[in-house]
Amino acid sequence: METTTETNPQRTQVPRQYAHIPGWGVDIDPKNDPTYPMRDRNRDEEKGYTWERPPQQPVNVEVLHSIERPNVSAVFGSTVPPSGLSGAIRRVAFKYSENHYGHWLPLILADRVNVIEGIIDDLRHGHVPNIFAEKGWKADWKHNRAGLITKVAVMAAVTVGVVALVRRRSRRS
Amino acid sequence: MDYRGPGRVRATQKPMPVIEHPEDALVRVTRACICGSDLHLYNGNVPDTRVGSTFGHEFVGVVEEIGPEVHKLKVGDHVLVPFNIACGKCHFCKQGLYGNCHESNPSATAVGGIFGYSHTAGGFAGGQAEYVRVPYANFGPTVIPEGMDLDDAVMLTDVVPTAYQAAEMAGIQPGDTVVVFGAGPVGIMAARCCWLFGAGRVIVIDEYEYRLEFARNYAPAEVYNFREMDDPVVFIKKATDWLGADCVIDAVGAEAAGNAMQTITGRKLLLQAGSATALHWAINSVKKGGIVSIVGVYGPTDNLVPIGNVVNKGLTIRANQASVKKHLPRLIEHVQNGILNPKALITHRMRLADVADGYHIFSEKLDNCLKPVLIPDTAQAA
Repeated sequence: METTTETNPQRTQVPRQYAHIPGWGVDIDPKNDPTYPMRDRNRDEEKGYTWERPPQQPVNVEVLHSIERPNVSAVFGSTVPPSGLSGAIRRVAFKYSENHYGHWLPLILADRVNVIEGIIDDLRHGHVPNIFAEKGWKADWKHNRAGLITKVAVMAAVTVGVVALVRRRSRRS
Repeated sequence: MDYRGPGRVRATQKPMPVIEHPEDALVRVTRACICGSDLHLYNGNVPDTRVGSTFGHEFVGVVEEIGPEVHKLKVGDHVLVPFNIACGKCHFCKQGLYGNCHESNPSATAVGGIFGYSHTAGGFAGGQAEYVRVPYANFGPTVIPEGMDLDDAVMLTDVVPTAYQAAEMAGIQPGDTVVVFGAGPVGIMAARCCWLFGAGRVIVIDEYEYRLEFARNYAPAEVYNFREMDDPVVFIKKATDWLGADCVIDAVGAEAAGNAMQTITGRKLLLQAGSATALHWAINSVKKGGIVSIVGVYGPTDNLVPIGNVVNKGLTIRANQASVKKHLPRLIEHVQNGILNPKALITHRMRLADVADGYHIFSEKLDNCLKPVLIPDTAQAA
């Protein structure tokens, strides 16, 4: 292999065909084959749940914790605790382990219910959500005007079609 | 930043975060990126993403307040904050698995705490905000070296370490051929890092020409558009003397395009934990006995992948969230020595107030967007 005289810590010379690539080979590690561990194994791992735990963050909000662990972790996010119908669904979900669809599928359902709760909450506080702004359509208008117009036209056509269908059915009945 | 539902976010005034734990710090954010994995949240694909959440796990900022047990930082320090929250003391942190800390996420045992990444990752508020609470401030945050550009620093919180670890996990040996699926910021940076480990050939596959063009020049790498191929796996086999690549990196994850069945079941119907198209291709295009390195993010349920081929081909699969803290010293060195230039990936700098447009532009790949950075108005306060 033709080489240059450029040096790096692991290999004394960089092959000429890679000389234009800054840093080629600086982190070559011959030990990094598939059996090379990603972690620094040590004897602590044999001791199980025995490390000196950091102080516990006070639990001042409802924290749903996985049943695959015995406790709440030393720190946690206290934002957006479970509430309303979505919160009730989340509480059911956390009766099941992470191994179970009974955990994840209700959480997805709760997320969707939560969206409706969010809109109701906005309205209750006198705020009408600007869905177009929240969806970033201003950026569409600037960078993808044709796409936005097409999207709006398709939505309008579908809406008109559905309304026409409903009206025709109601006239027949 | 305030998540309101799939595809809907807005800028809202929220209560100021407070110190909740003796090892907390309060940080005034000066830069916060939108990450490709934020799009999984944005699109509603991560279970337990609650309305009202603040996203953002890539940020830098100034320490404004510290808890009584914080000794390694002081008020006024400008810090880069690793995306994963790690205690440094638990069973896993002691082994250097800082992405798998057991003391930062009560909600799921499979993943450690991550800033602004749903309650499945601990329910922490994220950094796409003016101020953010940073737990374990003695361990995670790193003071930004003097003279380092903040745009470089913010890329060291996730993109660069994730990309570097992707290349490391690929077990590259000198002269190896590496295929990287995905020409997003992580994929492009992973392709760049493959050379540091002595790769002989680096191939990047994506569907967006502007991103492939960037990868071609920046990595530098051979680039191909899978939309122009009948079958990406056959293409890679042909390109590698019919044997397959030595190593393949999945830098795409759950938002992958390219297979209608995966897209419909994974992204539209949520019948699996995202679309596993890139992983499927990775397994099938790597050489027998080869290594597949996964840093693309998937949800916590199941994915359709050809696991039988993993067995029959004798593959090694290596995957993890990046141990950011472990890689930082070496990566800071690479940035300072000019070997890596992460800020070149940033294409959009926007006000935090324009977060909805930022997400939409990034999600829809408008205006040749590669990496958007949000800058709060309060960033200039110091």
